[in-house]
Amino acid sequence: MNVPAALKRISDTIWELPVSYKTGMLVPARIVASEKLINEMDAGVFEQVSNVATLPGIQRYAFCMPDGHWGYGFPIGGVAAMDPGSGVISPGGIGFDINCGMRLVLTTLTAEEVQPKLHQLVDRLFARIPTGVGCQGFVKLKQDDFRTVVQQGSRWCLKNGFATEQDLEMTEEGGCFAGADPSHISEKAIERGYHQLGTLGSGNHYCEIQVVRPENIMDRKLADAFGLTAVPNQVVIMFHCGSRGFGHQVATDYLKLFLPVMERKYGIKIVDRELACAPFHSPEGQAYFSAMKCAVNMAFANRQVILHRIREVFSDVFHASPDELGLRMVYDVAHNTAKLERHAVHGTQKEFLVHRKGSTRAWPPGGEGLPECYEKTGQPVIIGGSMETGSYLLAGMSSGADAFFTTAHGSGRTMSRHEAKKSFRGDKLQRDMEQRGIYVRTDSFGGLAEEAGPAYKNIDEVVAATELAGLSKRVARLVPIGNIKG
Amino acid sequence: MPFAYRGDIAHADVAFDAWAPTLEELFQEAGRATMQVMVENLSEVRPAQTLEVKLEEENEEMLLFDFLNELIFYKDARRLLLLPTEVSVAPEDGGFVLRARLSGEEIDVVRHQMNTDVKAVTMLRYKLEQVAKGWRATVVLDV
Repeated sequence: MNVPAALKRISDTIWELPVSYKTGMLVPARIVASEKLINEMDAGVFEQVSNVATLPGIQRYAFCMPDGHWGYGFPIGGVAAMDPGSGVISPGGIGFDINCGMRLVLTTLTAEEVQPKLHQLVDRLFARIPTGVGCQGFVKLKQDDFRTVVQQGSRWCLKNGFATEQDLEMTEEGGCFAGADPSHISEKAIERGYHQLGTLGSGNHYCEIQVVRPENIMDRKLADAFGLTAVPNQVVIMFHCGSRGFGHQVATDYLKLFLPVMERKYGIKIVDRELACAPFHSPEGQAYFSAMKCAVNMAFANRQVILHRIREVFSDVFHASPDELGLRMVYDVAHNTAKLERHAVHGTQKEFLVHRKGSTRAWPPGGEGLPECYEKTGQPVIIGGSMETGSYLLAGMSSGADAFFTTAHGSGRTMSRHEAKKSFRGDKLQRDMEQRGIYVRTDSFGGLAEEAGPAYKNIDEVVAATELAGLSKRVARLVPIGNIKG
Repeated sequence: MPFAYRGDIAHADVAFDAWAPTLEELFQEAGRATMQVMVENLSEVRPAQTLEVKLEEENEEMLLFDFLNELIFYKDARRLLLLPTEVSVAPEDGGFVLRARLSGEEIDVVRHQMNTDVKAVTMLRYKLEQVAKGWRATVVLDV
């Protein structure tokens, strides 16, 4: 057990490291977890969340969500809201995979209708959606066109026939962060990413066919509102990916830019170089914020183009149009971003720069910018579990204000990739999973072994903790039957 | 063994230690360790193409950071799996200059046993240091 003696229990699901825990902490660090999950947290979480609490301008608390685990700079599951006037922006609080996120898509097909064609469907998806190391997309772009993509995000997809109006409406920020200026992007970032639009990548990125079984619906009313009860054993599609090499290069470029200026120019001392940062309003901070938005938009466009491919594949396999198959988005939400948001402080609204790294915005009912159909339900929150276990759809709750309306993003790793690869064999795992009714295709058995279910925390415990903490309410558990991964 | 992966830090990422008698050999080993995360059978990467790279930095540590990022860059930008064949590092104009020859070929998913993509070199626990018997580096890669 790695729990520090200084950790205080605030409630059944909130744990706090006080400012006295570490020199330089400006606010307490709070970890959202059940007693079982807190006892299983790795040591890196306590070290890193308390490091985040030392960043200039941090407000209220440095948070870590119940899926938290050892990251770089911030823990994965980290949340930090800065005062934009006096605070910093840190690429380590967003991650290298800028706007890595989740998208959930409905169908009106039943599991019984999909089952006879499952192999054909997964094989076709695997053939049509590029996956794995160095994969290139099917949308052929010139570098200048790519600059337009990163400015416009999903809007570019709409103009070019890869999206519907409704897709954009069901995407966080309409699939485009305003203020993305490609002049803040290096040639290297463009060169690295312009041919990767419409690619899944590798690691924990995947596209999954899932089933909403009636016994797994936890909130019937919300499930109705989110479209999960159109047919019994309804099939849905969930996928997880980000901004690919482009976003990775943007993050690397700015990490390098911030390191030399941080202390010399701005006098900021940090405890971990991966927390490199710059004042939000400095030229460097603003340039990164704009470049980050370009990467955010690339990721929205990437997921949108992938959805277009998914629609084509379903149409081919089931000989019906996407509309006839009910291929409609529930939502697309990022889990690696920084955003300027308004939150209430003692009854008045104030602007914060909210960093979320491996944590998901979870707007409550009435949250600003939610599509009309979700105004009363709260924002759909998509939390992906391991490929063996299952995932969840949840909804934002009014009680989440303290944590800046943020919740978990996944189940969270407990075993290192190195250890998982020693413990499991990819080819055996693939056969075992098929016997249990999950058909998986992959480019890499090594990569598959690293993603084995036991390498992750129990997703049921993670989402239960978020609900108990008042951050996100469980709507339904989604069970995988098919998966493509890089 | 000139490099070894570690399971004790950063569970979702890949950490390794590399060590070598000279700085140049250390760069080569760290390069191989980075590429092996992506390709299981490095011996199957044929030297079909050769590239020369020149990098400048104020110290050796940041030079290694740039060098590993360069290998990651070519994997995405040109789908090239490259391994360092010759490396030289020399002080120049108050900083350090690396000149390297990289050899390899395009990704071939049939011949190359692909693993997990490397997104970036992180600064977590990142260290390059001179030790009694040469040089040693600790690197955590984001995957």
